[in-house]
Amino acid sequence: MSDALRFHYDVDGENFTSAGEASAQVKKKLRQLGFSPDIIRRVSIAMYEGEINMVVHAGGGKADVFVYPENIEIVLEDSGPGIADVELAMKEGYSTAPDNVRALGFGAGMGLPNMKRYTDSMTVESELGVGTKIVMKVNV
Amino acid sequence: MKVKDIVPRLGLDMLSGDADREISGCYVGDLLSWVMSHAQFDECWITIMSNINVVAVASLTDVACVIIAEGARPEENVIEAAKAKGVCLLLSEETVFSLAAEMAGLLKEKQAE
Repeated sequence: MSDALRFHYDVDGENFTSAGEASAQVKKKLRQLGFSPDIIRRVSIAMYEGEINMVVHAGGGKADVFVYPENIEIVLEDSGPGIADVELAMKEGYSTAPDNVRALGFGAGMGLPNMKRYTDSMTVESELGVGTKIVMKVNV
Repeated sequence: MKVKDIVPRLGLDMLSGDADREISGCYVGDLLSWVMSHAQFDECWITIMSNINVVAVASLTDVACVIIAEGARPEENVIEAAKAKGVCLLLSEETVFSLAAEMAGLLKEKQAE
């Protein structure tokens, strides 16, 4: 495996409205690198959902995107409360988002399912009281 | 059919974006994650949401335009973000239902051509 391009972002947990900045940046970078619109859409949507999750549930976190010749890897890490039941959280429609978040149009219980749908592989490691790490890969 | 074709037909107020963008279909919804997984490139998205996340979702899905319906008004920072990201924001006083019905009519007309 040759050296990967790496993009690092800090996701601000205080500012809900700026969520999406990292995914917008990644979208722009991938476009400059000449990836197809489909790949760009999948990576940026998966990353945006992850960003929103980190802002809503974990007070922010960090996001790294690695561009390899064979895939694009998105690594999201936070020090939030962790996910009690990952299998349940992966179910469409299951959400623990507060009402103020729902009023903004989120909290439909689609975040993690969308991340899985749009990527070729996804692993979730979560420990209560420690945090959550999600690794997603999109084949190119 | 382009954005500039639907603006006069639907009586829309255009705030930002590219009037020459082609519209291939229409999607209606307010739950942003749902919209993100279902709205397609080049569609016209009709919603009552007007917060800044609408701009992010429109940009990520690369829809042709967003009609913010039923008199909802985005704040100035939302309009600024839309301009910066090249997202086409359109405003209407009409209900989502009537806008969707009109869009269905226009798209049908276009297909018949």
